[in-house]
Amino acid sequence: MVEKLAEFVANGELDAEFIHVESEHSALSAVVGASAAGARVFTATSSQGLLLMYEIMHIASSIRLPVVMSIATRAISAPINIWCDHSDFMAASDSGWIMLMGMNAQEAHDLVIAAYRIAEDPRVLLPVAVGYDGFWISHTVEPVYVLEKEEALRYAPKRVTWRALDPEKPVTMGPLASPEWYFEFRVQLQKAIEGSRGAISEALREFGQHFGREYREVDGFYTDDADVVLVAMGSVTGTAIPFAEEARKAGLRVGVVNVRLFRPFPEEEVFKHLENAKVVAVVDRAINPGSPFVGPLYSDVAVTAFKRGLDIPVLNYVTGLGGRAVLRSHLEAMVKHAYGFVGKRMRDVETHYGFVGVRE
Amino acid sequence: MLTEIRWHGRGGLGVVTAAELVAYASILKGYYALAFPEFGAERRGAPVTAYNRISDRVLSDRSPVLEPDIVVVLDPTMVRRETLRGLKRGGLVVANATKKPRELAELLGPEYRYATVDATRIALEIFRLPIVNTVMTAALATAAGIVDVDHLLEAVRARFSERVAKLNELAIRRAYESVEVA
Repeated sequence: MVEKLAEFVANGELDAEFIHVESEHSALSAVVGASAAGARVFTATSSQGLLLMYEIMHIASSIRLPVVMSIATRAISAPINIWCDHSDFMAASDSGWIMLMGMNAQEAHDLVIAAYRIAEDPRVLLPVAVGYDGFWISHTVEPVYVLEKEEALRYAPKRVTWRALDPEKPVTMGPLASPEWYFEFRVQLQKAIEGSRGAISEALREFGQHFGREYREVDGFYTDDADVVLVAMGSVTGTAIPFAEEARKAGLRVGVVNVRLFRPFPEEEVFKHLENAKVVAVVDRAINPGSPFVGPLYSDVAVTAFKRGLDIPVLNYVTGLGGRAVLRSHLEAMVKHAYGFVGKRMRDVETHYGFVGVRE
Repeated sequence: MLTEIRWHGRGGLGVVTAAELVAYASILKGYYALAFPEFGAERRGAPVTAYNRISDRVLSDRSPVLEPDIVVVLDPTMVRRETLRGLKRGGLVVANATKKPRELAELLGPEYRYATVDATRIALEIFRLPIVNTVMTAALATAAGIVDVDHLLEAVRARFSERVAKLNELAIRRAYESVEVA
């Protein structure tokens, strides 16, 4: 992505300052500085690079700078592995950024444009990360409608909506906050990301009005009458949708939920698709080692169900780590396993998680 | 309509580029198409697999193709029964081979259809290198009809520098004339 942007800048197609830096830590620091000066900024990374940015991610969100970043989601070392999973994305999910996940290259493109509308909305002023699966999306050739500059700017006009540095009116950003003040800043950040939901909805809806491609925080497919609802993020949902259609022909009532907005987690929108299910099967592409939930997407979905008193088995299937392909047969194995829990309650479930497509 | 293609070859033959050119050409024709490799460490001489899905509808599934309609084999030493695993009955094999399609049918089984071209010879004549990918895309276009040679030529011109594109255009035309379909 950055190589293409370098080309656009070199060809004069994109009027931007292209800053070369020596590391991801510096890359995010540079865009934080530029954003603080009132610039519209962008950077992109993956895997170890994102981990190196992690420190500065918190600074971007805490200073409330509308930084936009793409993450081609990839595994984390060791062992070294450059391929897809969601370990990097999930590791960054507590950093106060709004996080979106695309399920194809078109979304990887469109959601970045929407991200500027969201980030720079004066009601929001938070950084936004747009994830898309490393390799499965980042290195696949497929058709994409690329927005014209003018139409993109009509949807997301460039104006400095945040408090930018100004030598005439000096301010200090991110100075020391003693115990007397620090807590208030953290609560403000929590309130800001919670309060961003309306602006996110609006930005996604208006994207549809402008360009004819409507995105929602969450998509549901065949969830009205589903026995087993698969909840997933990223390209796996693209495999799950045709799988569900096939499974239904074979008498398995499968529904699919695609979680496009991960932070703030769209509980209400996810729950709508769970309430008629008999079993929920959450597909995770990352492990949170030693946690009681195992998969990070699972924790959010399980809490969503628990908070609303939905007492059905919510199961976790971890798959596709380090670039391993997730096949329809893997999804079929999950659904068949999940069917064994129809009619049960969560307390009847002895082991709530399993690994699919791995040698054990 | 959905056509799934699996490409086999070795690092250095241009397997991934071949699949990508076919996706470009399909998109130019108005189809929705995906091209992606079996992602791995890229090493010259190591086996490489790549995939295409081509449809008149938007495709969401980007998992590896397990039951292809067409298998294209770029390396003559890989024209073997095990390379065809999962190929649908009546499916098409497009092979870089000096053998005739009829001979391949005897060797690999009568349940498939075969098209052959001596792609290595054509590539050596034109590029002085055994880079057979564009030759094989043309063989695929001729034998399967899913993409058109004109769109392939357009994809080649978009992809390569003018000098390299001209050589590839020549290779594509040569393949188009010499591919044999049973």
